[in-house]
Order: sequence, then C-alpha cells, then structure tokens
Amino acid sequence: VISGRPIVAGQAEGEALVTHDALSFWGGYDFHTGEIIDQHHPLAGVSAAGRILAVPFSKGSSTTTAVLLEAVRAGTAPAAILTTGPDAFFALASIVADVMYGKSFPVISLEPADFASLRTGERLTITRDGRIQRDAEARLRL
Amino acid sequence: MVNGDGGPAQALAMSILVRMAEVYGATGLMDISQAHIDSTIYLGDATLEFAERLASLGARVAVPTSLNVSGVDECGWKDWAVKPEWAAKAARQMLAYERMGAVPMWTCAPYQTHMRPVFGQQIAWGESNAISFANSVIGARTERYPDLLDICCAITGRVPAVGLHLSENRGGNLHLRLTDVPVALQQDDQFFAVLGHLVGKLADEHIPVIDGVAVSPPEDQLKAFAAAAASSGRVALFHMVGITPEATTLDAAFRGRAPDRMIAITVADLRAARSELTTADGRELDMVILGSPHFSLAEFSLLAPLVAGRHLHPRVKFLVTSSRLMKERARETGILDPIVAFGAQITLDTCILASPMLPPEIRTLMTNSAKYAYYAPSLLGTRVTFGSLADCVRSAIEGRIVRDESLWQSE
Repeated sequence: VISGRPIVAGQAEGEALVTHDALSFWGGYDFHTGEIIDQHHPLAGVSAAGRILAVPFSKGSSTTTAVLLEAVRAGTAPAAILTTGPDAFFALASIVADVMYGKSFPVISLEPADFASLRTGERLTITRDGRIQRDAEARLRL
Repeated sequence: MVNGDGGPAQALAMSILVRMAEVYGATGLMDISQAHIDSTIYLGDATLEFAERLASLGARVAVPTSLNVSGVDECGWKDWAVKPEWAAKAARQMLAYERMGAVPMWTCAPYQTHMRPVFGQQIAWGESNAISFANSVIGARTERYPDLLDICCAITGRVPAVGLHLSENRGGNLHLRLTDVPVALQQDDQFFAVLGHLVGKLADEHIPVIDGVAVSPPEDQLKAFAAAAASSGRVALFHMVGITPEATTLDAAFRGRAPDRMIAITVADLRAARSELTTADGRELDMVILGSPHFSLAEFSLLAPLVAGRHLHPRVKFLVTSSRLMKERARETGILDPIVAFGAQITLDTCILASPMLPPEIRTLMTNSAKYAYYAPSLLGTRVTFGSLADCVRSAIEGRIVRDESLWQSE
C-alpha cells in the first residue's frame, strides 16, 4: 500500500501507465480517443483512457486543463492521475468536471520514492483517503 | 461571494477558486488588477458549455481582462478548411467571453497591446507563453494559471495568495550558464528560440537563471524564448542576468540564495536542441508559417524588406498568424503592402494549432517559431523544419527548404 496525498479525493481502479516525463495535454492528448499524441513524449501512441496515469507533473499549455475536461466529458480521461506534487492543472480539470458533469477523478500526489516504484501494467486501487492498494499477484507477473 | 451575494456566476467562480486555493495550499486570497483569459480556445462541447454556463449566469469580469486566441478566425475562416459547425461553435464561445465584459483582443501576445501589465502588478494570466513573458520580461506577477481558472480569477478579482505572486517564491533556483557560446551565434535570430527550447527541457519544476548572454535581445526574441521554454517545459518565470528586470545581477536573480545546481550550456547542446525542432528530412515544403506567439509590428517590419519585390513560389503557402490590432498597425504604416504583394496570407484571432484550418494536402511546414515547431507534429501530424526568418522567406521563394547552416553546423 502506498499512502498518497489526495489533491482531489476519489476512488478509482485500473491499470497503471507510468511515465517520468512531464506531459502537456494540449498537443499531447487526443480527447476523442484518449491516446497520448505528443511526438516528443515516450508514451506517444499509447492510450491512457481508463488507466491510472502516473506522470510527475504537467508542462506546456494552459489548455491542458480544458483538454482533460473534454476527455472526462467524452469518457476518454484517465481513471486517475498520480503526480509527484500538487498539480493545479490536473486538479482543476477534476474539480470543474465535478461542477459541470458530476464526474471527477482522483488526483493524488506521491512521495518521489513511491512514484518511482510504480510500474506500468500493475493493477491499482485508489481509495478516498489517498491510499493506493497494489495487486501483489499482478506485480509478481511483471 | 460563495453564498451568492455577488450573483450566481460569481458564486460559481468563487467556489472553484476556493477549492483551488486548497490545492495550491493557500491560506488566503489576494486581489489582482488584471486578467488574461486562455479559456477562449474552443476545443469541443465542454469548453463551450463551461463558457456558456458562466455567461448565462450573468458573469462579469471584475478587473480589466483581455482575451486570448479563439478557435476560429472570425472573418477569414472560409478561406481555409474550417468546417462551418466548428466555426459556429467557436464563435459562440468567443461571444460568451465577450458578454462577460472582457476585451476581445484575440491574441496570445497581450503583452504587446495597450493591456500590457507593469512591473510588480498582480495579475491572473492564462496562456503559457504570456505567463512566462509577463512574469519574466515585464516583472508582473502571475501564477501559471490553467484555462477555466483564469476566468474564475477575472470574475472574482481574486487569486490564491501563493506561488509567483509572492516575492519570496520568485528567486531562481537553477543556474544555467552559457559556456563558450560565441556572440555571433547569440546574434542569430534562431538563438533565443533554440535556447528557450533547451531551457524548458532542463528546468523541470525549477525557476531557471540564464547567465552569460552577451547580447541585448529585442523583445520579440525574449517572446520567442518564453514561448519555447513554456512549450518544451513548464517555465512560468525565468531570469536572464543583465536583461530581465528581476535579474540585474546574478545574486539578485537568486534572491540571495544558492541555486540547487548549475548546468553549463554549450554550443553542442544548442545544436542538439535546434535539431529536435526539425522533424522533416527532405527539402519538400508546403507552407511557411510564422507568428506563434502572434506576430508583432516589429516582426512585420523585419519581414517586409525580406519579401519586398519578391514572389512566393506557386506551390507554397505563406501564412502569418497575428492579431487584428497588429495587422491594422502594419497596414497603417504601409509595411503590410509588400507582404501581401509577396503572396502571404494573414490569419487573425487564432492560429494553426487552435483552429483546424489547414487542408490535408499541407504535410510539411517551415517556421521560425519554436512553439509551432514543437506542437505542429503532434497536433497536426505535419512534418516541420525550423529555421531563421530569412531561411523561411528564401525557402518560400525557391519552393524547397533552404537553410543557412554556417553558424549551426559542427566544426
């Protein structure tokens, strides 16, 4: 179990998609499909829809938040976002999605060592208190 | 405000702002005296619904507020591949923000208009390049605000009292030193865009201090730097020693504290960074694109003599993205005439990244903008070549990519 700090609290379950490179969602995320499209990013071509995206922080465009809001509306957003610090861009998208559509997603800030221990493909369960349960069996298969 | 004594729109904006103050870890809110709204960019139904929700609740901005680019060139979209349904919805989103009392500048370079803030002014700005420019080149104070929050700040006139609004958080903490970078290279008009691209990648979450610049860059070069660093990275504030207002000396830039670390920037680093901005490998060229951030009067003045009396190659398009204000000034001063006679087109209110305007046959671009070069391959699926303004003009005339590599090639 990892204890994170809930920036926007919520529950989610899904497969982790982990990157150590910051991401701008504008120019970086196709909200029609949930695919990461930033050609400079190592995850280019990978879909984050419904997955728990671990990305240290946002970079680039202010429009990142608006792209993420569109993705929530379209059902193509990540199930949750894990970061290495409170990221206002991601948090705001979840807060406005709650206000506009009654749908939010958890945004959890992790200690750098905990973040570094995450692996793409492992199954994670996030609870409202910011705790992240790792599926041990899934980890062994990695 | 949250309980509704300022009306339902103000209550909604304040409720979002209060939740965000918690995210930022703010213990209180503070006043601002100006705002710039990036939420104007139409993406789809969600951005439109948010704008129209606020407008229908009677939202009014509480401080002077300028508007960023929209999703459509209101008067010129029919010349391009924009679909009527997109144009209609993007125009509705423009109208929603105009109804809130904001000034319809429709530009990503509001700092080059009469709404330019002043040193020390507390502002709430969206648009990554504008945030970086306002903080760094002007010394105004804004956090790195996302779309949707910028308008909440404008409606309430308040921001969380945190981050770059406060003196103690504005000191640099990463020392980037230009090392053996010749003055001739620093004088090249690609230098600051390339340096910005590199600095954005190196800075991570730091406030970079760039030391060793031996030239006095014109404002548009600092604009190119700011836009590049805010695209490849998340730079909302930088200091350039001897150039930007909070960096009169190296010590001043760090506010007396020692930096976390120092990184040397060499010619080899700059060459590698410049190479990253080019994704095309051939010499084919469909279009030259200039003006991200929006082209200024000074940039029109540099372009005019390069194209005067020349003619654009018939297979190539040449597009400049700018604001209504700058185009009008360029027209008044007569410098627009040779540019139009050359065959260039001007798009206003938006840009090729924010409006789906390019026809599918446009596959290869050339630009002098690091921001266009960074985003175009991802957002548009085009290949791009980065070069100087003169390279862009020469290529447009010859109908194929030509670049003067004399300053940039390895020995």
